Amino acid sequence: MFEPVYLDHNATTPVDPRVLEAMLPFLQNRFGNASSRHEYGRTARRAVDQARQQVAAAVGAHPTEIVFVSSGSEANNLFLRGATAMLKPSQIAVSAVEHPCVMKTAEDIARRGPGWNLAKLAVDREGRVAPGTLAAALTQPTGLVSVMLANNETGVLQEIAPLAEMARAKRAWFHTDAVQALGKIPVDYRGLGVHAMTVSAHKVNGPKGAAALIFDKRVELNPQISGGSHERGLRAGTENVPAIVGFGAACELAVSGMAAQAVRLAQMRDAIDTGVGALGATVFGNGAMRLPNTTFFAFPGIDGETLVGKLDRAGFAVASGAACSSGTTDPSPALLAMGCSPELARGAVRVSLGRGNTPAEIEAFMAALARVVDELKHLTAMAV
Amino acid sequence: MSKMPIYLDYSATTPVDPRVAAKMIPYLVEQFGNPASRSHAYGWDAEAAVEEARGEVALLIGADAKEIIWTSGATESDNLAIKGAAQFYKGKGKHIVTVKTEHKAVLDTVRELERQGFEATYLDPEADGLVDLEKFKAALRPDTILASVMYVNNEIGVIQDIPALGDICRGRGIVFHVDAAQATGKVAIDTSKLKVDLMSVCAHKTYGPKGIGALYVRRKPRVRLEAQMHGGGHERGLRSGTLPTHQIVGMGEAFRLARLEMGAENERIRTLRDRLLAGFQEMEEVYVNGNMEQRVPHNLNISFNFVEGESLIMAIKEIAVSSGSACTSASLEPSYVLRALGRNDELAHSSIRFTLGRFTTEADIDFTVALLKRKIAKLRDLSPLWEMYKDGVDLNTVQWAAH
Repeated sequence: MFEPVYLDHNATTPVDPRVLEAMLPFLQNRFGNASSRHEYGRTARRAVDQARQQVAAAVGAHPTEIVFVSSGSEANNLFLRGATAMLKPSQIAVSAVEHPCVMKTAEDIARRGPGWNLAKLAVDREGRVAPGTLAAALTQPTGLVSVMLANNETGVLQEIAPLAEMARAKRAWFHTDAVQALGKIPVDYRGLGVHAMTVSAHKVNGPKGAAALIFDKRVELNPQISGGSHERGLRAGTENVPAIVGFGAACELAVSGMAAQAVRLAQMRDAIDTGVGALGATVFGNGAMRLPNTTFFAFPGIDGETLVGKLDRAGFAVASGAACSSGTTDPSPALLAMGCSPELARGAVRVSLGRGNTPAEIEAFMAALARVVDELKHLTAMAV
Repeated sequence: MSKMPIYLDYSATTPVDPRVAAKMIPYLVEQFGNPASRSHAYGWDAEAAVEEARGEVALLIGADAKEIIWTSGATESDNLAIKGAAQFYKGKGKHIVTVKTEHKAVLDTVRELERQGFEATYLDPEADGLVDLEKFKAALRPDTILASVMYVNNEIGVIQDIPALGDICRGRGIVFHVDAAQATGKVAIDTSKLKVDLMSVCAHKTYGPKGIGALYVRRKPRVRLEAQMHGGGHERGLRSGTLPTHQIVGMGEAFRLARLEMGAENERIRTLRDRLLAGFQEMEEVYVNGNMEQRVPHNLNISFNFVEGESLIMAIKEIAVSSGSACTSASLEPSYVLRALGRNDELAHSSIRFTLGRFTTEADIDFTVALLKRKIAKLRDLSPLWEMYKDGVDLNTVQWAAH
């Protein structure tokens, strides 16, 4: 079977065979409901507890600070909705480059109110939130701030620790979406000084269907899914034991060997940056610190969707903007917030590497890209 | 290593059918694409698998695929349905009707809405667990916007008269939600005929994986909901979040097998359950909880009088059963479902829920009957109340000395 080379790891990742091995017993004879009192249930409960320890260890948190949920989107919704439900309405501040599950949720909270207003924190041309921007927003009474640790499209990293400290000084809760960062860069919940953080299994070679909200026990959260005392009353529903077990195993594997992986990935990514630059592309956010595996670029005058389609036919799976919004043809809001023109933004292509990628694949990709870009440039030229 | 107990707790969860597991696993390692990735074959392949599964879920409940929204389970579906409908229709009224014997996923959600300013009526069922239609009608007000009644009760297995309840609600323009988590594969469900507007289902009670469920949302007449989770706009904006392909494939396959096999399977299980009951009825003072006719064939919830409940559970470790629903079995309170039927504390505490399933054998049943007979005889021998009963004392007339 002709299989495309997968270069879309920020969209999702394959499950590591060692993770699958850890999960399988729980899809076979260890099928108990973790809330059942008999041996089947106790086996399941022990597995969930162990996974919780593994996730906590991977992010530098305590197991009692971990709430298991079904997805990164759910974790972000849980924190934003849950925290604002318990606060006196004021301002919620989010960066202009957040994933839709933060941005749209914050917009919904402000729309439903009453009394909540939304401040979008502007970013510079490289996609970074300047401390001064947050400082200005914090002159208004603010209940909650959310700034992602790493952007899913550009890979740009935010300097979370100083921002979190500013929020603390103004008694605002600070949340960071670390879904794209885990396993690629060091993620230290305690060290960042945030009140809450989101991580997800399927971005770190774990299964889809498990994620976690890590949060400070001083934050009062109104549960969003009610019905039973699971997760200390914070998130009801029969525990998805196989996915949680997979999540724990994946976190452990992701963190061990991360440094070496990061170097390897960055080398391949940098080769792409050099290559596309030589072909005339703009690489977004490359003046900032980025995830080692991500590059987001555009060729002037070449439509991103078209380019991505041709690359797929050439055997390379990439993306034009985030998977979650690839149904639309709107230019990436994050790029627009970085001052990119809508025309150039429409050309955006994201390449995100992962553990399985090799330098040979990258070479083949660059050759195919050069060929495809050349074709499309000729077409554009002819159309004039 | 000691043998695992005989599993008779299928209502708490079911093993993933090996055929379901086999279909799921390729979507973890090889066919791992994000179904929302529109730009490559990994994504299209995952999307196709999701849509095939959606069709299977729809088929089992007589729905159109467009009426199926994926969620993380029945608990989430219940939350989405009840909060989503209440919030959307709150302009029309703020009263909700439900039943005291609903799962906590419904009851706690309704209580949350009460905290947000809604009003709720929690109906008592009859002593056999069924909702009386006249009492249901009487509870409906001009400002009632939503009613929620489960199809099959998780503790006692009784089947409510959903067709009639649906007719009543439709006649008054009330949105009708049904928690069918325990019903799929056990009762024939046809939403094209039922006047049901919202229905919660999940995979892990029907030999599918945990962590995946669905909410049926009627399109004709159209039912509207306020989304509870925002983000990438998945599921037509009703429920954002990356779809877990392998879990969805598992649910689709589980529901397909249920559709094909439930007829024969239910009859086999009914025979086994009736054999279990007949065995127990050779003992004195055993009481079945809930209506026996309007009941799924898998469930036997039964109280053994004059036996202390905790001691009984401890004595029968060779079988895995439940006393009270799994979701609340961390506490030692008597089951609120049995209390709602009017069972006194003693009978509620000495109840066991046996729920049979696809892999239960006749040998399992015979072992269980023999085990219970032996242990109950022993425990009753030790019980002064049993002695008094055998002596013909009417315990209701005894004046108990206070300590």
